[in-house]
Amino acid sequence: MRKRHTTKDRLITVALHVALVAGLLFATFPIYWMLSSSFKSNTEIFALPPTILPKAFTLEAYAAILGDPVKLRFFFNSYFVAFTVTILTDLIALLAAYGFSRFNFRGKGSLNTLIISTQTIPPITLLIPFFGLVVSYRIFDTYVALIVTYLVFTLPYAILLMTGYLNTLPRDLDEAVAVDGGTSWTALWRVIVPISLPGIVATSVYTFLLCWNEFLFALTLTKSTSMRTVPIGIQLLMGQHAFEWNQMMAMSVLGSLPLLLIYLIAQRFFLAGMTAGSVK
Amino acid sequence: MTRQKRSRHGLKRAVAPYLYLSPSLLIIGLLMLLPMVTVISYSFQNSAVLRLDSSFAGLKHYQAIFADPVFWASLWHTLYFTCMSVVFHMTIGMIFALMLNSDRINPTLRNILRVLYILPWLFTAVIIAVIWRLLLEPNGVVNSILMQLGLIGSKIEWFSSPETALHAVTFANIWAGYPLFMVSLLAGLQGIPKDFYEAADIDGAKAYQKLIFITIPQLMPIIISISLLDFIWTMQVFPLIWITTGGGPIYSTEVLSTYTYKLAFSSYNLSQASASAVVILLISLGLTLLYIRYQKAR
Repeated sequence: MRKRHTTKDRLITVALHVALVAGLLFATFPIYWMLSSSFKSNTEIFALPPTILPKAFTLEAYAAILGDPVKLRFFFNSYFVAFTVTILTDLIALLAAYGFSRFNFRGKGSLNTLIISTQTIPPITLLIPFFGLVVSYRIFDTYVALIVTYLVFTLPYAILLMTGYLNTLPRDLDEAVAVDGGTSWTALWRVIVPISLPGIVATSVYTFLLCWNEFLFALTLTKSTSMRTVPIGIQLLMGQHAFEWNQMMAMSVLGSLPLLLIYLIAQRFFLAGMTAGSVK
Repeated sequence: MTRQKRSRHGLKRAVAPYLYLSPSLLIIGLLMLLPMVTVISYSFQNSAVLRLDSSFAGLKHYQAIFADPVFWASLWHTLYFTCMSVVFHMTIGMIFALMLNSDRINPTLRNILRVLYILPWLFTAVIIAVIWRLLLEPNGVVNSILMQLGLIGSKIEWFSSPETALHAVTFANIWAGYPLFMVSLLAGLQGIPKDFYEAADIDGAKAYQKLIFITIPQLMPIIISISLLDFIWTMQVFPLIWITTGGGPIYSTEVLSTYTYKLAFSSYNLSQASASAVVILLISLGLTLLYIRYQKAR
């Protein structure tokens, strides 16, 4: 049926490949520029004409970031907060998802709608009451302030994601436990959790990303340099050392590393997490 | 099983789901629903948060906001930024998805390109802002390329002149956000039954006819739901604008979120900021209701 060899056909294929290369430049040039600038000196970044590959390759920007305990602390804070929130979110969302997936109860439909709609509440709306709460409970500028407020934003989506996963597991599995006289609690931990690992990983990836990227609450609910996270650290770097662009790019590369690694290693889970809420 | 045992078991089954849900509901209730009530009540008080004995202010703060030309400018900028972003996210996402889905490219190349095309999505808003500030510096690479091509005569200060700043931040956001559409549409394209196209081939349909009469109608549910979500999320933009322009120059990129943030944490007018936050909440809720209704109708 296909007429592969006509001239017109070949032209279309060539045009498509040209367009693909143009698309590739659009998508990746800014990222490439960040990467290559992080290996340049500050003067070379603005050299005329621009150098595509670093002419004098240097690691000085990375050395400056990694040799500065203040900046390492930003990374520690980001990892610490993101891991803690991820563990808490997994645990709490798993319980809720189990309730949604395995039981029928009054109010199930409206609770589900409530959880879907909380996903779109603007962070700026909650920021002002959170600020009031955080100050009055004297947890301003602490990890607790960040962990608790992040949880509110990670939880709804995590519940939906986990419920979706649990719904794909056959009910006979936990019903077998009930027949043997076990409670639903035993069924959850003995049967469901061990086979839910893919769902838990997808939820964790998504939660981690959300925490790692968070900016507004970290900006407002912390104050001392030792409590700041990576995104705020980058902003501080921008203000302090009037435009040490190579350091800023090196810090951006280091700050993107966890996301890039997760994406390359666990692409399937990553995309599952990022699109589940929107496609369903 | 005795009857007593069975009824106890039944009771357990009836209470169990609420117990499993209770930690989540507690958090959502205390830290989401209650604060929403709080922010609404703040918006009707004088010197909210700052004073314990704050008095009732009526609609004063709402009147103040609606009388402020900067608020209306912010609303307009938010709309421009959001609509342009969503339209271009959709267009670019659709073009890339169609190109990647074509059977004219080799499958290995397709997989590599798909991974690379998704990359802009992986970067944090703050990092996207910093990257674009570097690219669009007056002495930066974009200006020097455009000048070499003869497209512009002199260096443009993309983020610091009022004429270009809003377009520049919108462009950066378009770059960062199209992969959500691309990934979702690509999944949608793979779900369209092949016989639709085969039937069209037999009828002698042209490529553009297949696109208009088969592909786009089949993708419509995805296009509508992603557009709504993208609209709601893009409207809430903060870090990208905060880091690139901070709302300036001369309010030319002020959006609702930066306007509210400045009211709250630069001028410490938390009551008026709450009123503005409530307005944002109402717009979001309206769109969310639309989204939920659409999802249920499907």
